[in-house]
Amino acid sequence: MVKVVLWGSLAESAEGQREVAVEAATLRDLLDGLGETFPGLRAELERGVSVSIDGRVYNDSWFTPIRPDSEVVLLKRLKGG
Amino acid sequence: MALDDSKKVKNFKVVGTRPNRPDGIDKVTGRARFGADMVAPGMLTGRILRSPHAHARILRIDASKAEALPGVKAVVTRADFGDVPDHVADVMDNCMAGDKALYDGHAVAAIAASSAAVARKALKLIEVDYEVLPHVTDVDEAMKPGAPVLHEGRQQETVPSGMSGNVIARSEFGHGDIEAGLAKADRVVERTYRTGATHQGYIEPHACLATMSADGQGDLWVCTQGHYMVRNVCAAILGLEQGQLRVTASEIGGGFGGKTVVFLEPVALMLAKKSGRPVKMVMSRSEVLRATGPTASTSIDVKIGMTKEGRITAAFAELRYQGGAYPGSPVDMGAMSAFAPYDLENVKTVGWDVVTNRPKAAAYRAPGAPMAAYAVESAIDELAKGFGLDPLAVRLMNGADEGTKASYGPTYPAIGLKATLEAAHRHPHWTAPLGENQGRGVACGFWFNFGGDTCVSLNVTPDGTVTVSEGNPDIGGSRASMTMMAAEELGIPYDQVRTIIADTGSLGQNEVTDGSRVTFAVGLATIEAARAAKREMCRRAAMIWGIDEEAVEWEDGAARPAGPNAGKFPPMTIKEIAAVASNTGGPIAGHHEVTAEGAGVSFATHMVDVEVDPETGATKILRYTVFQDAGRAVHPSYVEGQFQGGAVQGIGWALNEEYIYGEDGILQNAGFLDYRIPVASDLPMIDTVILEIPNPGHPYGVRGVGETSIVPPLAAVANAVSAAAGVRMTRLPMSPPRVLAAMQAAKG
Repeated sequence: MVKVVLWGSLAESAEGQREVAVEAATLRDLLDGLGETFPGLRAELERGVSVSIDGRVYNDSWFTPIRPDSEVVLLKRLKGG
Repeated sequence: MALDDSKKVKNFKVVGTRPNRPDGIDKVTGRARFGADMVAPGMLTGRILRSPHAHARILRIDASKAEALPGVKAVVTRADFGDVPDHVADVMDNCMAGDKALYDGHAVAAIAASSAAVARKALKLIEVDYEVLPHVTDVDEAMKPGAPVLHEGRQQETVPSGMSGNVIARSEFGHGDIEAGLAKADRVVERTYRTGATHQGYIEPHACLATMSADGQGDLWVCTQGHYMVRNVCAAILGLEQGQLRVTASEIGGGFGGKTVVFLEPVALMLAKKSGRPVKMVMSRSEVLRATGPTASTSIDVKIGMTKEGRITAAFAELRYQGGAYPGSPVDMGAMSAFAPYDLENVKTVGWDVVTNRPKAAAYRAPGAPMAAYAVESAIDELAKGFGLDPLAVRLMNGADEGTKASYGPTYPAIGLKATLEAAHRHPHWTAPLGENQGRGVACGFWFNFGGDTCVSLNVTPDGTVTVSEGNPDIGGSRASMTMMAAEELGIPYDQVRTIIADTGSLGQNEVTDGSRVTFAVGLATIEAARAAKREMCRRAAMIWGIDEEAVEWEDGAARPAGPNAGKFPPMTIKEIAAVASNTGGPIAGHHEVTAEGAGVSFATHMVDVEVDPETGATKILRYTVFQDAGRAVHPSYVEGQFQGGAVQGIGWALNEEYIYGEDGILQNAGFLDYRIPVASDLPMIDTVILEIPNPGHPYGVRGVGETSIVPPLAAVANAVSAAAGVRMTRLPMSPPRVLAAMQAAKG
């Protein structure tokens, strides 16, 4: 299981939990698992998110590996100018 | 791709030097072709009719008189576009109003005519019946329950019930216990700060030339930060297959985020489709200011507690950003970045995305972050000075470092914030004497940076010179930096490589030039493409020598036999290998296609001296120094230019620039005479200090540098003006009347 830290307002959509655990070996597993386990997160996931894995931010690479002890933080989708 | 720690890449020969820019001659001689410079046989002139109202229902559009005018070849309204996919619905509505005009300047109809004179005359013949509606342009007013509502049903599930329909989304970040932290503070500062909406101020207005053939194939020449984005969005709006629309990026006279979206392009294509002729559209400066994408104006509450030793015990900010007429202000980025430079036990930010009757906000260099940094850094400065503490030392005491849990969640890898603070502390600027009515300000800033879809194709020509094709418009020196990284990797001189910007038909998908991504991501792909070409050239040399390709290595622009059993052969240079490429398997190239990740965050510290005229309230910038981490400065002159440009734009944001709306909701200063950006004669030379803390996610250690430099200056200038004026300034811009009024109010 991978522990995932949610941002504050997102926790309200995950039964109030700031940290949730899902079975995931890749970024794609993680996003799918979050949506299945916590349907309240689906709206935000569909709007797009970025994910920090061990301090590096990923936007799109589904098959980025995630270790069980990785630090995983869900972020609002990053935008730049 | 991880930082390459080998000895070879540490001994750079090209990276870190300052060769002439490859586009320099064309630009100083006027040969460079910008958006408005392209012509086509039979070309028509396109013009837009814009709403004179801030908020109005469009009851009827009658273009029959315009259509009957000789020389008018096509008229387009929203009805011509039909239904569009959901993901481009707001873009469509912003390019051409549907049921309602949502801001002063909103496009209502468009004309293609044989000349500009005919087009102007025809616009006056289009009859539009409006039902004028109440409007709101201020973020705090728009959030009130009784405010005029722009859209129904757009509120996200994150917004508590009972709030105005203009409040689109709420987000919250942070960790710890704010109240417990505040209880440990010796002093708490709580203030509200406001910033005006500013424009990116790019010199070149938006422009494009569109053609659509009868068989559905389209071509677009356009000034943009992302021609692949233009292709994809326009194809979706016009119902085209992406492969049928080829988009070529012109040279670009600035963008800074404002050219990451479309405004004219779908309209130009529709006019071209209806008229059967090429259509060129060029915005006036007034149109640029009224109807493109400025940044958000904001209202921000900050509450920070600090011990008398300078340790921050709790930090809270509530940020309200109006992003214009459609959802999507950069408040999330502001809320995530507000306290990112600091190592805080108790931190929380709340962001509100609000719509108003203003043009839809677009990105502007580190979108959302400068305003948040202004509020936070002002409060920290006030606390530090209140305790008589050195404001740089306070920032160092609280500064984030490797292993810090960032306020937005992740734990930082190696970062450069403290290096910028220490460099600032050592710099002679910090201890230089100040005169009467003068003040010094410092502030820190942070930006995320990112990568994204990237393609590079590197071709070795028959004479052994090299061309690099990239898919991002050269907005900040990418042709120079890609040329340098290719030359570095191949071991050949800079002048043996030329980089071009390919059209959308020539490479795969490329992310927009944004997020400070290009030197990082395209550079990464260029290095990998060069490595692929090197592998192929080693293979060709191995064939010629009759040895295993593993026994060949590349060094200093040539293949060389390596290892004890490779044999003794003279090196084959790139020119020698290229000359016989047709005999050894064909042309030689290297490609790399990647979704680049791991961009690496960036920090900066700015220091500024100002003098405030006590009689007029006018502020003069006396001295300015930027300290920023670049990871690796590929071409230091361009890096310095990015630092200086961000500082100057931030100075304008702090002192002069602001969208001013009248009671009628009409923009009052839609021109550069009344919307005053700083020019060279207003400013001293901006000094720069480049720090190089390598990004572990790039083979040469490169970090993006294009955005971070605009994050600290609003606060740095505000802190300096507050020091000089003797009163804390909490609203931007700090125009002379505002500063004078604050000084007089402080005197009682």
